[in-house]
Amino acid sequence: MDRLLKIMSEVRPDLDFEIEDKLIDDDILDSFDIIAIVSEVNFEFDIELNVNDLKPENFNSAEALYDLIIKVQNG
Amino acid sequence: MIFNVLQLLEKNASANSEKIALSDGTSSVTYGMYREQARRIGSYIIKNTSQTGSCYGSRPVAVLIDRNILSIITFMGVIYSGNFYVPVDASMPEERIKLIYQTLDPLMVIDARGRESVMEGAEDALSIIENTETDDGLLDAVRSGHIDTDPLYCIFTSGSTGVPKGVAVSHRSVLDLTEAFHDSFGFSEDLVFGNQAPFDFDVSVKDIYNALFNNARVEVIPKKLFKLPGTLVDYIREKHINTLIWAVSALRIVADFKTFGASAPPEEIRYIMFSGEVMPVKALNYWMDNVPGARYVNLYGPTEITCNCTYYEIKKRHEDDEMLPVGKAFKNTRVFLRDDRNQIISVKDQVGEICVSGTCLALGYWNNKERTDAAFLPDPVISAYPSRIYATGDMGYYNADGDIVFASRKDYQIKHMGHRIELGEVETALNAIPFVTVSCCIYDSINEKIVCFYQAESECRKEIVLALSKKLPKYMWPNEYRFFNEMPMNKNGKIDRVLLKKQIGEKKR
Repeated sequence: MDRLLKIMSEVRPDLDFEIEDKLIDDDILDSFDIIAIVSEVNFEFDIELNVNDLKPENFNSAEALYDLIIKVQNG
Repeated sequence: MIFNVLQLLEKNASANSEKIALSDGTSSVTYGMYREQARRIGSYIIKNTSQTGSCYGSRPVAVLIDRNILSIITFMGVIYSGNFYVPVDASMPEERIKLIYQTLDPLMVIDARGRESVMEGAEDALSIIENTETDDGLLDAVRSGHIDTDPLYCIFTSGSTGVPKGVAVSHRSVLDLTEAFHDSFGFSEDLVFGNQAPFDFDVSVKDIYNALFNNARVEVIPKKLFKLPGTLVDYIREKHINTLIWAVSALRIVADFKTFGASAPPEEIRYIMFSGEVMPVKALNYWMDNVPGARYVNLYGPTEITCNCTYYEIKKRHEDDEMLPVGKAFKNTRVFLRDDRNQIISVKDQVGEICVSGTCLALGYWNNKERTDAAFLPDPVISAYPSRIYATGDMGYYNADGDIVFASRKDYQIKHMGHRIELGEVETALNAIPFVTVSCCIYDSINEKIVCFYQAESECRKEIVLALSKKLPKYMWPNEYRFFNEMPMNKNGKIDRVLLKKQIGEKKR
């Protein structure tokens, strides 16, 4: 989880990802942020998030994204 | 005689008032409702401002927009009042909105976001529609004073000195655009325009007015489907969207995430048109492989010439490393290249500045004579009477087929994720931060990042981002920061941009 938080705050140093839980619904992250986060996550965690994973509920909070990463890692 | 865009709306509403005109996923209106609601807003503005009874000397009305149909209806309401609209993104930093208002001095501000809380100083579009009665007499009186060179809208764009510029465009220019598109592409009334572009971005002008001209429908696609395109293709199919006039960046997101494959391809799509920046052929080929039945058109042009001045229809498959031409001029538009001695270029392969003249030219930058005179120049060929051209700042050349190909920019303007940005504006904001001694921004086009080089007492990236977030919209923030104790200078005592530029541009992985 710390690795993920580090990736996310590298992309957006102005946000506290331990608190934010409506990153998509409240229009906080833009598409550039998401592309940057997805590409870093794929690299750091050695996974390949595919289009079916790209849904608002998976990106509204760091926790939701972390759950998704674990799910993908476990196949 | 058609001399006001509202005549298109009225014609459609009279022909079939029950036809769905606009829809945004949560609500929709028929052409009849579209007309009636806009007339109420128009009546309200006339009754509640000093601007009564005439279009002569029309004034700006700022509209706080969202991705909803209420924003479009409010635009038309402003036109009914004899004034022109200025779309404003309410999520921009307060300081920037203030700068825009300073330039504009708006007659009224209308909040069209349809939210519970209305922005301070603004009037709520929903309650205006609910509580106003249409005054036909007032609306008719305003219309009788209208001419087609009156402004229709004003869209703000980045300015290199730190102050955004408002491009004012007339009814005549937009009517000309819709006719050119109709003639060039055979648009018809069964089209459903899938709107992607925000309304403060002139790509959306094509959705709104091509739909009006052709008595077609606009389907506003929710913004989050472009951030996380997992369900975008299903949405397009569900809404029977068949025409995409999108920013290149939006088509690229679909290609980059390999969005097709998760669901069946949208077979109803007939037109895919794109503009805003150079379309990578690889992304285009991904679309053409998955949606083979559509017509693909590369569109080119800055806001100052009303959306687009040239087009190139893709009829053959291009190699991934090829450069798509921007093509040839639309009908009733003159596009030419000039060299640095202001002479017209007619041979192929010689690079010159792309210049435009014709009905498509904007009226100028609102309340900014200096900037207007710097970009809208006297015609280099015609001198016997006053004639203006717009010098785009884009450099291009003719290829063997006589198509224009974009080569580079003349200045520090960049295209980043579909946005037009003056790096000078970003630097102005950075240099105004008290703890930043000096800064310089360079665009890393390989990794598509704005790289900020800054000098300060110590590394302070986070603090810079926080300070910028109060001044600049998100898309203008640098994506990478490099700290210096002392900024490298050249012999002339200026920041050594050449040296800095050498430090970027390596592909990361």
